[in-house]
Amino acid sequence: MRHEAIEKSLNLMMVLIVAAISIGGLVEIIPLMMSSDATEPDEGIAVYSPLRLAGRDIYVREGCYNCHSQMIRPFRSETERYGPFTTAGETVYDRPFQFGSKRTGPDLARVGGRYSDDWQRLHLMDPRALVPESNMPAYPWLAEREVDPEFLTAKLRTLQFLGDPYTDEQIAAAAGEVEGKTELDAIVAYLQGLGTNRRNRR
Amino acid sequence: MPAFWHWFVAAGTIVFIIWCVWLIGWSAKQGPQNVSDDDVVGHKWDGDLEEWNNPAPKWWLYLYFITIVWGVGYMIAYPGFGNFEGMLGWSQQGQYEAEMQAAAANYDPIYEQFAAMDFAALAADADAQALGRSLFASYCTTCHGSDARGAPGYPNLTDDDWQWGDSEQAITTSIGMGRNAVMTPWARILGSDEAVTNMAKYVRSLSGIEAADEAAAGMATQFTTLCAACHMPDGTGNPLLGAPDLTDDVWLYGSSIDVVGTTIADGRSGQMPAHGELLGANRTKILAAYVYSLSQ
Repeated sequence: MRHEAIEKSLNLMMVLIVAAISIGGLVEIIPLMMSSDATEPDEGIAVYSPLRLAGRDIYVREGCYNCHSQMIRPFRSETERYGPFTTAGETVYDRPFQFGSKRTGPDLARVGGRYSDDWQRLHLMDPRALVPESNMPAYPWLAEREVDPEFLTAKLRTLQFLGDPYTDEQIAAAAGEVEGKTELDAIVAYLQGLGTNRRNRR
Repeated sequence: MPAFWHWFVAAGTIVFIIWCVWLIGWSAKQGPQNVSDDDVVGHKWDGDLEEWNNPAPKWWLYLYFITIVWGVGYMIAYPGFGNFEGMLGWSQQGQYEAEMQAAAANYDPIYEQFAAMDFAALAADADAQALGRSLFASYCTTCHGSDARGAPGYPNLTDDDWQWGDSEQAITTSIGMGRNAVMTPWARILGSDEAVTNMAKYVRSLSGIEAADEAAAGMATQFTTLCAACHMPDGTGNPLLGAPDLTDDVWLYGSSIDVVGTTIADGRSGQMPAHGELLGANRTKILAAYVYSLSQ
């Protein structure tokens, strides 16, 4: 066997590596991308409203996913605390999904409506004012910064281009909807919408 | 999964397994008998240290074959081979439902037994309280605190002060349906910061924090016209509206002149989210009894 032939030819090595690691993807990922379970929205799932979309991007920017998952696994210990388990069809408009991999804080997949808007605001500004034991950082700058309507409009157009069912009217109205809204407003709107599509929690 | 993709996955899986078998079988044939001086891979260290092209040890090789057999067995027993659901009939959803049913069979009778008890008896029952404590830890501590003493804007549940009433019905409604408390802003109607401050002083005097001075005492008429509708003429509040008793020296948002002034000027909106769907009726009642017991 001529190891040298492969080991000393970078191009051949690259081709073979790509071929080797593609097999898993071809069999496991591609079929899922073609499966309606994973690509079509569940009943009641709609695209994010402009303000919530802005909030979602702030959620990603601030790295909330580092400590919070949005993935309730199908175990009783999880559904008792958080609500019904997460399905693929719920996350079709998440680009990228926010499943997360670590829970320093609780799962947020169904946090919408669990606390009041005021609670969410105060908690983001100063978590320990409400939960003395909390080790969550404070995010006071969210209240000082405003959502950029132009950037948001461009994002909506991009998502429309990618196939999310935003209408032209929705996109045209978006800038007006977020006019004067702070990043805090946006992220609270996003959080309060999370998981609220499934009302039958038990 | 559409039929095409089922066959795509199935074919990919079979081809890959066959390829693994061939690769391992082929490399097993490269036994030590084939090793010659030429059969080195070309790496050489320290002058005479060479990497030979020896096959893996037999036990290692057999492990490879065992994993292949295991893999085939897994594909037969469990879902994974395209749309094939597996001979064992296992599914993630099925496992979850079985877990929920087992838990329901275990715990529902316990919840039902407690839920059938009289509310006062339930609040005094040690076992029910232990259950209530764990429910409280899961669902309530985020706002009301792990010691149930609340936070500014979030009621202390250990004192005997009940914004919405302390009957079984009042507490279960608070937990199950949630509450929206609305204190309207009065800045514009009172007209000036001074009037707001005076009203704050008057309200504080109702609880006996500090006697009202002349200007503050003069707000009594305003109190009767503006505040009495919800807080009652004597300031003792109305649990039906969630209007707090202003005479008991219990302050949801704080008792300083500034904070009371802010409450009067800007109003407040306190919201208790509904938990009925999440908890179900039985657990709501157990939790209500526990919350009631905290202040008894």
